Amino acid sequence: MTTNAKLTRRLILQAGAASAALGAPGLLLAQPKPVRIGLLHPVSGALSYSGAQSRMGAMMAIDEINAAGGIKSMGGTKLEGVLGDSQSRPEVGVSEVERMHQEGVSAYVGCFASAIALPATQAAAKYNTPFMIDVGVSDAIVSRGLKNVFRLAPGNGKCVDDAFAGLAEVNKAASGIAKSAVIVHEDSEFGTSTSKMLAGKLSAIGLEVKEVLKHATPTRDFSNLVLRIKSLKPDLVIMSNYQNEYVLLARTLHQQKVDLAGMFTVLGGGFNYKFVKELPEVAQFTMDFNHWYSPRNPKSLDMRKRVEAKGDLFTFEVYCAYNAVKCYVDGLERAKTQDKEKVIAALEVSTWADHFMPYGPTKFVNGQNTGGRAVLLQASKTDIDVVWPNEFAAVKPVFPRPKFS
Amino acid sequence: MDLSIIGAATINGLLMGGIYTLVASGLTLIYGVLHIINFAHGSLLMLAMFGVYYLLMKLGIDPYLSLIIMVPAMYVLGFYLYRFLIGKLSSGKDENILLITLGLSILIENLALMFFKGDSRTISLSYTDKMIEVGPSLVALPKLISFAAAMVLCALLGLLITRTDTGKAIRAVAKERMGARLVGIDVERVFAISFGIGLATLGAAACLLMPIFYVSPTTGHVFVMVAFTVVVLGGMGSFMGAVIGGLIVGLTESFGGLFLGESLGQIGISLIFILILLFRPSGLFGAKQ
Repeated sequence: MTTNAKLTRRLILQAGAASAALGAPGLLLAQPKPVRIGLLHPVSGALSYSGAQSRMGAMMAIDEINAAGGIKSMGGTKLEGVLGDSQSRPEVGVSEVERMHQEGVSAYVGCFASAIALPATQAAAKYNTPFMIDVGVSDAIVSRGLKNVFRLAPGNGKCVDDAFAGLAEVNKAASGIAKSAVIVHEDSEFGTSTSKMLAGKLSAIGLEVKEVLKHATPTRDFSNLVLRIKSLKPDLVIMSNYQNEYVLLARTLHQQKVDLAGMFTVLGGGFNYKFVKELPEVAQFTMDFNHWYSPRNPKSLDMRKRVEAKGDLFTFEVYCAYNAVKCYVDGLERAKTQDKEKVIAALEVSTWADHFMPYGPTKFVNGQNTGGRAVLLQASKTDIDVVWPNEFAAVKPVFPRPKFS
Repeated sequence: MDLSIIGAATINGLLMGGIYTLVASGLTLIYGVLHIINFAHGSLLMLAMFGVYYLLMKLGIDPYLSLIIMVPAMYVLGFYLYRFLIGKLSSGKDENILLITLGLSILIENLALMFFKGDSRTISLSYTDKMIEVGPSLVALPKLISFAAAMVLCALLGLLITRTDTGKAIRAVAKERMGARLVGIDVERVFAISFGIGLATLGAAACLLMPIFYVSPTTGHVFVMVAFTVVVLGGMGSFMGAVIGGLIVGLTESFGGLFLGESLGQIGISLIFILILLFRPSGLFGAKQ
């Protein structure tokens, strides 16, 4: 028995060696080298939730493409996500770009925060590596002449323009009840640049800016800031900040019973399903201009179902990253190679329409998709609905919101 | 500026000061006895807050009722953490403890990130948005409760240290380690008890904070620097110092925010920290070295 066993083992070893010598090179030749995509997100630190959501969305796209047979024009080449963590810090984002370059990535997708995207895209430009911005709204990201940078979603300039068009229309429908506003923003690149645009354009739609108030991230207590708002008696409070501060400020405004026609955010980091679920009373009637999926596209509803089935929330980070990966892959399909120069050329003339955002086919000008747009959302006690523009709206907005008194 | 706003800012500052006192009281005890700075203080607070959150979400236990679970649970965690990890690995060297607690904080935060994700969680109960009129301002009921609890907690800690045998042993070890050992006090046990009590206060702080604040794996960072400032200002090891220090820091932050804006106003805390280190390193109530 022992001899037999030994022989069997030897036979197996011999067979294994033979297949390694003869078969494996063939197998290796049959399997093209995967296209490595660097996914650079802040999965730890202050922005870790958004980073993790972004990573999830990007990985869903990669898995989906691989399951469907990979890049068809490249003989079924698979995609591989190389994971990076910027730790919510710009300098770490840059070092992650360098690390992932050493690991041979053909493109980057990131970075969720503008402050990280600015230096990270600069670092990637040295290697002329395509960089798909999933979320990161500062217009400076695409206005520095970096040929490798592409952004599918709108920047804060476009978001603010859309916000004003929407706000003006909603206010007009309410007989122009809102006449003044206070702007509150977090004090880094994202909040500062957005609020500057807001302040400059409010007067154009007949709204007086009573004051611009800024705060740090993190802020532990908003009581004094809300006192200041209360004393100014604005019709609108317009905020631009990240998740935790957004929720804390909205909660304090609600607790202090500040009567407003509307609480309105542009790219409000905390305006999501979780906010509605955890604090429905606070969330109700709040409005936000943000990246959102088209609720009329069955693909978006299907993806929402899949994400929620895993116990996760279908936040904008998820589908912005998902679509950013898919947009890059469209470029890859048309370039038929992962050669960076050729992929960038393909992206520059992209007319990709297979997404589920409320945009038309892509058209990149200086790296910015000019068709990208934000929509106006309003929270009810149980859900978030698109309320403007009308072609995507599910319900009519409640504006002005009911007074506390 | 309207006087009512200044009055309301004073009340807000005092209430926030109460919260800072809560977080700092455990830190000051651990420093006063062990003479080490517990870098894991913030992450342990975060852990306790997640505990309170899940007690509510999974078992429906109200955060204030969670006090009877979280305080002893955190005490036991602190006691054994010192007994089997910090005490053993430190080999009696203070600088080792410093590194161990730093390592512990990194470990806890990353484990929290792995299990809970980077998500922030808030709770909403019938009383969380209930407002009480205090002078010129509306104050959230949970903030008033946490302020009162912070004062009671510090008084209880003061009584524990001055009136009980355990307290006497803690003071003896804090003052003269070798002498305490010679009169038969189990110094290692006293260290573990002190660490346990320090963490028990964090358990209480977590129960009182959860109805006001959010919890995420990085919540500890939001409070830990302020807690260190409070301890340095009040005097390391002094509970009265923690109360006064907490209130001063709360008021500084509140008025800083009011007059300089929320963004710039935060420099007041750093300024206090530097000034105290320069002119009174032992703090307001700390014993001079």
